[in-house]
Amino acid sequence: MNILAHAKQALPVKDPDFSNELSGFGKDVDNFGAPLDTSKRNILYVEGITVSFDGFRALNNLNLYIEEGELRCIIGPNGAGKTTMMDVITGKTKPDEGSVYFGRQINLLELSEHQIARGGIGRKFQKPTIFEALTVYENLELATASNKAVWWTLTKALTGEQKFRIDDVLVQIGLKELRYKNAGSLSHGQKQWLEIGMLLMQSPRVLLVDEPVAGMTGEETEKTAELLLSLAGKHSVIVVEHDMKFVRSIARKVTVLHQGSVLTEGTMDQVQNDPKVIEVYLGE
Amino acid sequence: MLTKRLLLNDRGGAIVLALIALMLVVVPILNLAVPASSPLHLSTFTVTLLGKFLCYALLALSVDLIWGYCGILSLGQGAFFSLGGYAMGMYLMRQIGARGQYGNPELPDFMVFLNWEHLPWYWHGFDSFGFAMLMVVLTPGLLAFVFGWLAFRSRVTGVYFSIITQALTYALMLAFFRNEMGFGGNNGLTDFKDIVGFPIAADATRIALFLSSGIALLLAYLACRYIVTSRFGRIVISIRDAESRTRFCGYKVESYKLWIFVFSSVLAGIAGALYVPQVGIINPGEFSPLNSIELVVWVATGGRGTLYGAIVGAFTVNYGKTLFTSYSPETWLFALGALFVVVTLVLPKGLVGLLGRSKKSESAHEPLESPAEEKVEATAHTVLAEEK
Repeated sequence: MNILAHAKQALPVKDPDFSNELSGFGKDVDNFGAPLDTSKRNILYVEGITVSFDGFRALNNLNLYIEEGELRCIIGPNGAGKTTMMDVITGKTKPDEGSVYFGRQINLLELSEHQIARGGIGRKFQKPTIFEALTVYENLELATASNKAVWWTLTKALTGEQKFRIDDVLVQIGLKELRYKNAGSLSHGQKQWLEIGMLLMQSPRVLLVDEPVAGMTGEETEKTAELLLSLAGKHSVIVVEHDMKFVRSIARKVTVLHQGSVLTEGTMDQVQNDPKVIEVYLGE
Repeated sequence: MLTKRLLLNDRGGAIVLALIALMLVVVPILNLAVPASSPLHLSTFTVTLLGKFLCYALLALSVDLIWGYCGILSLGQGAFFSLGGYAMGMYLMRQIGARGQYGNPELPDFMVFLNWEHLPWYWHGFDSFGFAMLMVVLTPGLLAFVFGWLAFRSRVTGVYFSIITQALTYALMLAFFRNEMGFGGNNGLTDFKDIVGFPIAADATRIALFLSSGIALLLAYLACRYIVTSRFGRIVISIRDAESRTRFCGYKVESYKLWIFVFSSVLAGIAGALYVPQVGIINPGEFSPLNSIELVVWVATGGRGTLYGAIVGAFTVNYGKTLFTSYSPETWLFALGALFVVVTLVLPKGLVGLLGRSKKSESAHEPLESPAEEKVEATAHTVLAEEK
């Protein structure tokens, strides 16, 4: 289950860059080399993060803690820093200040994007970014948590267990019948589910989901809510969303971002009645 | 299983391979066994011409592998071709021995002409065929490795990558033009006599070279098919379509690009090494940026992202070039330009796109793991069993 837990060889990942796997033939590091320490219940610690783009502070001393297995919704007006926050967690953007820890020991700021992705933090982008030239099955195959070194992918097929996992996920996301269809021909909602399925293939501990229901029909939205709810508990899920109705239908705890920092946190009702929130966001 | 994977799912490829194999059988017979007086006789000139085309096809294949499948548009593939060619040329120069114009057993003619006393250090070892063949593979491979490592690590992509590959081949051309480099400068390497003990101009040697080129092409094609039908191949296609997304799937995109780039450059080097003994010369003109662009046109004409399209393209365009340059040489460049425009506008999938691709897109996307092939223990996963 937990790919981080059976880290046998404590390979310190010092070099987040290239030379580490230059040979391309060696055993690839598909974890962080240390078990994930979630003894304080939290799985993600984002502390004092500041990111500036040309003087504009996209994130300003942001603090955020995510518990293991929780489903957290993050809302906030445009420019509040939601996407930048995701960029920081996934290693796409390096912050000017602050720290991001995965568990209590793993410093995400020292790692590169692919290491973070392999280590158990999956991200779903706003626009469905699946591989349209490949079939549904191949998309999931690509996302499978397995050895991702060059030589391995050239010579080895997936194991039976991994194929079963693909079938499980196909059922979970409701695309079993469409497995050999080209992903490019799927509907918008189906593409979003496929992408969530691709995240699941990596058995992530944390799922970052950016606007999952934008552009979906009512029925698709409902199905997506069900899917996300079924994932919470097994994974920590962070959902960034504009659609308040949708947030209300899934949220247990909501964080409101405003101008790069946390405005308030609480249940949907608490948040909606918070005068500060009404002023900056809901009151508009 | 492997045959199925490499050939049966690839109808176009199987046809092209069969045609090449047929050519490899028929051409030697028509050249060697049919008397010269017979109208069916194939001249050695034609054999050499076809051998050249086979080398071009191999070169085009190497471009299609990185461009069609990984989206890396290298406009410097000619550089690797030429380096492989020079390595072979150096071996052939050493085989001349004392039979040169100046009769110097130690030094090639151009070094005697330049009043050099000793063989430069990098010429040592080229007396041995094995060493030279190693260099044919290593030199382009190493250059591609270093160049690719720097470029891909800095995330140089798209048109910027194309431009620096042009610069690479241009820089090499200027360097090889210099006499001090020790590669014959302007004139390059020529006047070859023997290859592994056989006279290079003899009909039988020509046929052997022709056959070697054909076999190299067939093997390279199968190797490329193996790569693009593996999981590696699907990852590479994903990199082509959505590089950043592939990275978030946990793949180290740079490594994938680097290895496919190195492999493709090695193929180009081999093509160059087979080309040089057949044309009898290698000079810095082969590094010309125009050559590299022209071979991208071959691939585009044939149809990229199919592998066999590259072979078709290399043969058609070069056959056209041979016709044009013998009847009206001035118009060839216009024809080439027009061809590129027409292909881009009318035939985005190239010539092979014309040949009714009735089934779904053939470019290696057919599911390989069909349920029938999986040995499913129908326990908790009866779902799968139902599907069969």
